[in-house]
Amino acid sequence: MVDPHHVADVAVHSSQLLRWIPFIPLLGAAVNFLLGTRIQSRAGRGGVAAVAIGSSLASFVLVVISFFSLLAFDEHSRLVIDTVAPWVHIGSLNVDIGFQFDPLSAVMTLVITGIGSLIHIYSYGYMDEEPAAWRFFALLNLFMFAMLTLVLGDSLLLMFVGWEGVGLCSWALIGFWHQDHVNTTAGNKAFIVNRIGDFGFLLGVFLLFWSLDSAGQASMVFRELPALVGGLDGMALWGVPVVTLITLFLFVGATGKSAQIPLFVWLPDAMAGPTPVSALIHAATMVTAGVYMIGRLSFLFAMAPATLEVVAIIAAATAFFAATIGIAQNDIKKVLAYSTVSQLGYMFIAMGVGAWAAGIFHLVTHAFFKACLFLGAGSVIHAMHHEQDMRKMGGLRHYMPRTFWTFLIAAVAIAGVPGTAGFFSKDEILWNAYLHSPALWVMGFLSAGITAFYMFRLVFMTFYGECRADEHIREHLHESSGWMTWPLIILAVGSLFAGFLGVPAALGGSNAFAHFLEPVVGHMEHSGHHSLALEYGLMAASVGIAGLGILLAWLIYVKKVFSAESLARIGGGWPHRVFLNKYYVDELYGATVLRGTMGLSTLFAWFDRTVVDGVVNGSASVTRIGATLSGAFDFRVVDGLVNFTADAIHAFGGVVRRVQTGSLNTYLYVIVVVVAAVLFAGTWN
Amino acid sequence: MPEALGLHHFLLVGAALFCMGLYCVLTRRNAIGILMGVELVLNAANVNYIAFSRYGVGGVDGQVFSIFVIMLAAAEAAIGLAIVLGIYRRSGSIDVSQMTSLRG
Amino acid sequence: MDHILTYMTFIPLAGMAFILCMPGGATKAIRLTALGFTIPPLLMALWLFANFDRSTEAMQFMERAQWIPSFNIQYIMGVDGLSVTMILLTALLCPICILASWNIEKGVKGYFALFLLLDAGMTGVFCALDFFLFYIFWEVMLLPMYFLIGIWGGARREYAAIKFFLYTLAGSVLMMIAMLALYFYNEPHTFDMLVLMDNAGTYSRTFQTWTWLALFIGFAIKIPAFPFHTWLPDAHVEAPTAISVILAGVLLKMGTYGILRFCYPMLPLATQDMAFWALAALGTWNIVYGALCAMAQTDMKKLVAYSSISHMGYVMLGMATMTVQGINGAVLQMFNHGTITAMLFLLVGVIYDRAHHRRIDGFGGLASVMPVYTGIMVIAFFAAMGLPGLSAFISEVLVLLGAWQYSPGLAIVAASAVVLTAGYMLWMLQRVWLGPVNEEYASMPDVNAREILMLAPLAVIVIVLGVYPHAILDLINTSLTAINNTVLSAVPPVASLPLDVLP
Repeated sequence: MVDPHHVADVAVHSSQLLRWIPFIPLLGAAVNFLLGTRIQSRAGRGGVAAVAIGSSLASFVLVVISFFSLLAFDEHSRLVIDTVAPWVHIGSLNVDIGFQFDPLSAVMTLVITGIGSLIHIYSYGYMDEEPAAWRFFALLNLFMFAMLTLVLGDSLLLMFVGWEGVGLCSWALIGFWHQDHVNTTAGNKAFIVNRIGDFGFLLGVFLLFWSLDSAGQASMVFRELPALVGGLDGMALWGVPVVTLITLFLFVGATGKSAQIPLFVWLPDAMAGPTPVSALIHAATMVTAGVYMIGRLSFLFAMAPATLEVVAIIAAATAFFAATIGIAQNDIKKVLAYSTVSQLGYMFIAMGVGAWAAGIFHLVTHAFFKACLFLGAGSVIHAMHHEQDMRKMGGLRHYMPRTFWTFLIAAVAIAGVPGTAGFFSKDEILWNAYLHSPALWVMGFLSAGITAFYMFRLVFMTFYGECRADEHIREHLHESSGWMTWPLIILAVGSLFAGFLGVPAALGGSNAFAHFLEPVVGHMEHSGHHSLALEYGLMAASVGIAGLGILLAWLIYVKKVFSAESLARIGGGWPHRVFLNKYYVDELYGATVLRGTMGLSTLFAWFDRTVVDGVVNGSASVTRIGATLSGAFDFRVVDGLVNFTADAIHAFGGVVRRVQTGSLNTYLYVIVVVVAAVLFAGTWN
Repeated sequence: MPEALGLHHFLLVGAALFCMGLYCVLTRRNAIGILMGVELVLNAANVNYIAFSRYGVGGVDGQVFSIFVIMLAAAEAAIGLAIVLGIYRRSGSIDVSQMTSLRG
Repeated sequence: MDHILTYMTFIPLAGMAFILCMPGGATKAIRLTALGFTIPPLLMALWLFANFDRSTEAMQFMERAQWIPSFNIQYIMGVDGLSVTMILLTALLCPICILASWNIEKGVKGYFALFLLLDAGMTGVFCALDFFLFYIFWEVMLLPMYFLIGIWGGARREYAAIKFFLYTLAGSVLMMIAMLALYFYNEPHTFDMLVLMDNAGTYSRTFQTWTWLALFIGFAIKIPAFPFHTWLPDAHVEAPTAISVILAGVLLKMGTYGILRFCYPMLPLATQDMAFWALAALGTWNIVYGALCAMAQTDMKKLVAYSSISHMGYVMLGMATMTVQGINGAVLQMFNHGTITAMLFLLVGVIYDRAHHRRIDGFGGLASVMPVYTGIMVIAFFAAMGLPGLSAFISEVLVLLGAWQYSPGLAIVAASAVVLTAGYMLWMLQRVWLGPVNEEYASMPDVNAREILMLAPLAVIVIVLGVYPHAILDLINTSLTAINNTVLSAVPPVASLPLDVLP
């Protein structure tokens, strides 16, 4: 098993360069948020795009510099720290705003800034008619900042800042075209479902913190954790080992962010956002945060085999079910979305069987080919005037060759054709899954076949056959501009060759990727020895089923040997309906969780208005009735007496008041007469 | 002739002034006229004060009091005129026989 | 700066006297004068913030004078970290509220005079260290509040004002009973809060329990804790914008301030006994109940009012945990809620000024019409949701972290509110600001300079405190740790005093 102390005693390097990796995109975002409208009205869309692309590229350059300086260090001292400022220091909670750069962060930041920069460039071409481009680019940059904080943050709390920050950007970008309620509803759904995950994540962090506290020393800082978690052994809460509980809570967070069962429902809806957003956030980077989190805390997960079992089972189920849904979708982006869910399932299978490096490796290769697929789909959608239904496409390879070829390469890669990136990473996972449990392998194996089928169904429906678009759109079909095709080409090259970073030993490679990550995530040593022959055999099987999937797609959608419609009617048509309607999960959640919450909310509001306030107003009424009664007594009896006195005085006053004529002259005469009389009386006496 | 000018001459002048003032106060219907009557009454008192101060035993007390009375008269005139002005604004008239709103 | 607390308290009062002497028609001059008299307290509060000694829990800037010697009533002013934070909040919100009241046209003179009286009362409450003086200031606030709601409020203002008045008065009566109980229990009789705290070890458990309950109900009405909360939605809906801001921003804090100032250090044993049910469980219930009620509202102000109930629940939960994190988080949450909810009410006020209604379903697409306004609004909404990087995140995490150690079950229930909060906030955001533009309001003007002037400082504070929470945490930590330790280390007195009249 993993040595839990593998990063405990490394020499720590320090660099102030690190903070600028996230801060530069943040600055870019700030500039575009505050001055974007002005820049755009003076310098056009190019101005705001230049700020965004520039800051993203600058960040990429810094990452590359940091990466090479990291390589220069000794293999076991590859950790760079940059503590920017104290953040929260209360009691035993000590967290700084600090970043750390180690092989795992290096891999993630390279992917984020590298692919992120390409997508920024692509966006300039894609959003060519967008009046609010400044807002789009500002949000993209803000997303880069949040995502980089997530992977660079040196503590769980700072990681959580990025974790929720990417959720915010995702919300804002899904609902970017906010005049349409469909988009904003999808954004809200994404945010709220993610919040459910975040809720679990937070609980995991709290439990970890207090468990460590009772074990001796509490901490949320990653570089301190490996040395401390040993103390959690044997500790239990509610009869469950705390490590299991902590990791399960954290995994709830991962299912939210990385769209696993049961919280995957937001990701397909998230396709309402602009396509570059889907590529960047909902394929290449943000959704892999859960995988990264498990990789970052692999020493903790390794202590909780029960959790890993849960992770693996959920992941395999997600990979399989999402793939089956992908078969029936007709929206080009929805297919890719379910494919993403399914591929994320693969990554989690790897995490669940303890093959951390393999999971991260698939994360990297997937980032290349899925970004390429999404951007290719975006190129198609852009050319088709925002038409996303594949039934209205077809034959596009003649109109947009570059998009077609790059898309094909990426599809080949995701299908796992030998030599491409997807082949190496997927087989690494399948092999490790097999070593853990053949049943997992079967699930992954079947999913691989289905993946190949629906990807090539997509390719054939979109790029082959007759163009089914209407006349108007067909006239305007064109290849996209260089801003969009060059990123595609670069990503396609990556999809082809990124796999050679981690060629397994069985194929004569050295798996440099896994070695690079080893100081951070360690590696699982598998008990027992398996023959090379078995490994070759499994590889051949998965390649075979992928080939079968492609062949089937070709037979159905190009050769039309079977009609798709007749296949849809198999079994009375219900399997197709179930796939098409995504297993009715949305409907289920709508009927239970959503309606339950809304019902409870209505009930509570009614209770508040009627019962609680009713008691208040009721007591006021009772008081008033009492007051009326006592008032009556007061009026008739007590006041009667008082009034009698008053009446008597009043009557007397009525007589006496005649004296007050109000005439000044009268008064004066009276005064003079009286004074004279008094004087006279005085003298007379 | 000087011995002819004694205290009682001044008192006679004062009494005459007082009576004129009183008459004015009692007979006038114009509020300002009444105020002027009051001034006369006050000045009659002043004449008496000064005279007693000169011929009596009080020393300068009488003069001091007359200063007070002058000040009082000024203040009274100011406030009285302000009231009259206010009444004029309200009713458009300063005829005191019309001002009977305080009748009981 | 001798007597700085006295100056801070009475400068607004001088302003009131000044305004009363001005002609009622000079509305502009009256507004400027009112603003002018709230600026010096703000500057003094900043000076206090800069010069406050953060290393000691002792009261600072003390002033002491005899007032009514025959009853041993003194004029004692002084602040510790807890009160200086609240004074800062009050001094900050008052000028902002004056700016927010710029559109008041009816009875301008009376409005601003009463507002300044309210300002003086609030500052006094946080400065006073003599229970009697405290009570006076507490009651002084009540009167202007009643008139401000009852005269300048909305359609049902009389109902709301009377409800507010009766509720608060009921609380005051209980508080007075507790005050007198403490006064007569101590020998020699005294209202000096420092002495009352020092003698905490001599109060018997029974005495503490009853006094605690009386004080607690008085304060719970202000917080407002379920089931004493129903005055709040009505008062908020009817009150003018600035008064809602003061109500939610400052007055609610007085409830929790009172508990920390009186119940904790003076009645530690009762606090230990009562904390779970009266503070932690009730606070958690407040969080969830407020959030669910908020979700069902159709009036924007009512929604924000219920969200206040929910957010104040965090304060109760945090202080009940009696962990360093929890209690610091609670007071930080008091400050953060003060700024965030002030922003929310101001933002609602901005569109109410323009559209003259607050129905959530009556708008739509305002983001396209008022972009700057929407930008500020998004900050406020996400701050209210506790988004990391903004101020409320730190306080909520601290509270929940403390709560977890205190009771994981309560922590889970309380933390689940993060989902509910996101739900009602985003839903309101979507219905009012997003979606197709409502033609009726398609030409609504964006925020003007005055409105930016009142919103921007709060937005800046919300962001800065998210990144550098120690600006406040340093201020409160020492004092709160001391208060917390008083409670934790309290043991029952050896022999019950003969004065113990209660069974």
